[in-house]
Parts: sequence; structure tokens; C-alpha cells
Amino acid sequence: MSRSVRYTLFFAGGALVAVLFVWAVVGMPSFGSNFHPYRDLAIGATIAHGTANAVSSVNFDQRAIDTLGEETIFFASVLGAAELLRPSKEEREAKREHGGMFRVMASTRFAGYVLLPLTLLIGLDVVAHGHITPGGGFQGGVVLATGVHLLYVAGSYDALERVRPVHLYEYGEVAGALAFVGLGFAGIVIAGSYLSNIIPYKGFGHLISAGNVEVLNFAVGIEVASGVIVMLAHFLEQAIALQGGPHE
Amino acid sequence: MSYYPYLVAGWLLLIGVFGVVRSRNLVQAVVSVSISQSGTYVLLLSVGYQRHATAPVFGSTEKPNLQVVDPVVQALTLTDIVVSATVTALLLALAIQVAKRHGTVDPDQLSALEG
Amino acid sequence: MNDVVLVIALTLVAIGGTAVVMTNAPERQAVTLGVYGVLLTTLFFALQAPDVALSQLAVGTAFVPLMVMLAIRKIRGGRQ
Repeated sequence: MSRSVRYTLFFAGGALVAVLFVWAVVGMPSFGSNFHPYRDLAIGATIAHGTANAVSSVNFDQRAIDTLGEETIFFASVLGAAELLRPSKEEREAKREHGGMFRVMASTRFAGYVLLPLTLLIGLDVVAHGHITPGGGFQGGVVLATGVHLLYVAGSYDALERVRPVHLYEYGEVAGALAFVGLGFAGIVIAGSYLSNIIPYKGFGHLISAGNVEVLNFAVGIEVASGVIVMLAHFLEQAIALQGGPHE
Repeated sequence: MSYYPYLVAGWLLLIGVFGVVRSRNLVQAVVSVSISQSGTYVLLLSVGYQRHATAPVFGSTEKPNLQVVDPVVQALTLTDIVVSATVTALLLALAIQVAKRHGTVDPDQLSALEG
Repeated sequence: MNDVVLVIALTLVAIGGTAVVMTNAPERQAVTLGVYGVLLTTLFFALQAPDVALSQLAVGTAFVPLMVMLAIRKIRGGRQ
């Protein structure tokens, strides 16, 4: 299909989609209205279950099964990318030594050393307080994973490789996923339905409250952090360590 | 103003698809797909918004303020952002593999479905 | 007042999205994508969604542009 045919097809289809979309939009309740039936139901259930963050409650308590599905998509993508980025035989034989390839400025190194423990601590805080303040397993996991890579920015790739044995993080990812699924089965045993809120949830706004939400936050935090580290490890290995391009 | 956010969401969707049509590099196509995805986030969050309402997080207060925006759409969007980033990574890994196999990432030259 | 903030944020997001798509060089798209992520974060804040804004900030400014740059570097690998 040549470029001009593609453009014509896009403009024709795009015009049709735009017309349908505008027609649908003017039939919706106007922006900022007061009609939110899901909001009323969800907030009622959140307060009844003693969680101070309604979004975490919907994610890990009321609709935890959907979060399990999203987590599985995440797991499958990391698996797929790791499989696709396996080094080929020529690349493995051509793996070079790359210690100290470029000099890092002293100010960058200092900033990295100061920010690395700070970022890890903030990431843990975001995961642990997910049921009280904005945050949770997904956000905190990504913060933790990118915090570890400050070691690569401020130091060298060798330093990062020493601190980050990839198989450890692969086990961590599996552990997080299994913890989520296992807590769900515990819900069947204790309360009769999968992923129901079985841990006691007295107190509102305290650190120990909201039942299942806390534990599931940690499970998802471990899984997302490990998964992102594994994914970045494969990309970094392909782009930095194995410098064989498409013609070599 | 009643429909402006929804129209911006539709614009982002269409401009993302236009980016895929226009791309000369598979990596550009992947980035354009992620622009389309952000259009759906804007649409979802705009559906849940209410004027003069606050965020659906109550903190440590004993008597929570019940005039909040919709938490259900925020829950949908929040997991979606992280998971879509990972799917974008998978697409980039596919682009790398295509580059290794065929030596080019130009979509116009990658026309044949080879074995 | 919040209406004015929302209109400005939405317009900036629309312009940012168009700018990302219209960038021709893929390595520049990584930078533009990072800026677009920050614009989206401010829009999500204006729409009273702090969880979503935190998620977008963590993912869209550190994770995705890094991977785009690494993919471009790998694809360009032997050809420079």
C-alpha cells in the first residue's frame, strides 16, 4: 500500500470516526455535572471498609479481580520482552568489556549518591501508605525500579550489574504475583469468595487499616518493581553491553 | 467548555493514528500509539470530574468530605498507565528484533511477510 | 477559576500531543514525549486525580523515554 493510498484511507476513515465521536459526545452529560452514580456507590463501600484512599479501595478491594488481570498483562509483557531480547549466539560471543567507558561528572555522581537512598525510601513510602495517601503498589514499584537505575546514571554499567543480579528480581516478580493469587485463595477459604477482604479493617486513616489493600499493595509493589528492573536490564544489556548492530 | 475535554481526547486519539500512518520508523509508530492511549486517559478522567469537588483521598480525617470526583475511572486509568508502558516496551523489543532480522525499521520497506 | 486552569491544561496537552507526533527524528521524540508526560501530569492534577498524576509522572518521565532511547541506540548500533 503506497503512502498516498494510506493517507487517503486515513483521512476518509478519520473523518467518519470524528463525526461519530462528536455525535456521541454531544449526547453525554456535560463536563463537570453532578450525576455520578458509581461514585456514590464506591465511596459508600470505601468508608464501610475503613480505607482512606478510595482509588486504592476500588483497585484492591472492590475490583481486585481486575487488578489481577492487569498484573497478569504486566507479567506477560515482561516475559515477552525478555524472550524477544535474548542475545543471539553471535552477540553472546561478541560481548565486549565495557568498564569505565565514559567519565561521569563529579556533580552527577554526588547527586546520584544523595538521591539514590532518598528515592528508594520515597518509593517504599509510596507503596506502604497506598491506602491512606495517593500512591500504591503500581506507582511505588516504578519509583523503586527507576531509583535503582540512578546507580547507572551516576556510576557505571558495571556498578549497576554488581548490585542487580537479574535472576533475583525474576524470582521477586513471581513471588509478588503468587502472593496476590494466594491471598485470593485464602479469601475463598475464610470468607467464601475469591479476593474478599479478609484481614480485619478497623480504624480509618491509620497505618494498619483497610485489610487486604495493604498486603496487596506490597505484593503488587514487589512485582512491578522487579518486573520493571528485569525489563530495563534486558534493554540495557542489548543496547550497552552487546554492541552488535543489525549488520554484525 | 461543556464538551471541550472530550473533544481534546478525540483529537489525541486521531493524531496518534495519524502518527502511525505518517511514520518512517517503527519506533515513531510505537510512540504515536502511546499518544493515542493517553487520549483514552483524558476521556476517562473527564467523565468522572465534578465541578467544586476534591480528590477521592480522605487522609486521616475522621469525618470525610463526600463531595469528591469519581474514584472508579481513576482506578481504571491508574493501572492502565503502568501496564501500557510495559506493553510499549514489548512493542519496542519487537522493533529491535525486526531491525536485527531485516536490517531496516522503515515500514515502507518491510512489506513482505517472510517466514 | 479552575475552569481557566483546565482549559489551559487541555490546550497544552493537545498541542503537546501534536508536537510529539510531528517530530521527525525518533531520538527527539523521546525528549518531546518526556515533556508531554509532564503536561499530562499537570492536567491530571487539575482534574483532581493525584494517584493518576503520580503514576503518569513515574512512568512517562523516566521509564518510557529511557526505553525509547535504548531501543533507538540498539537499532542504530552497527550503522554509525
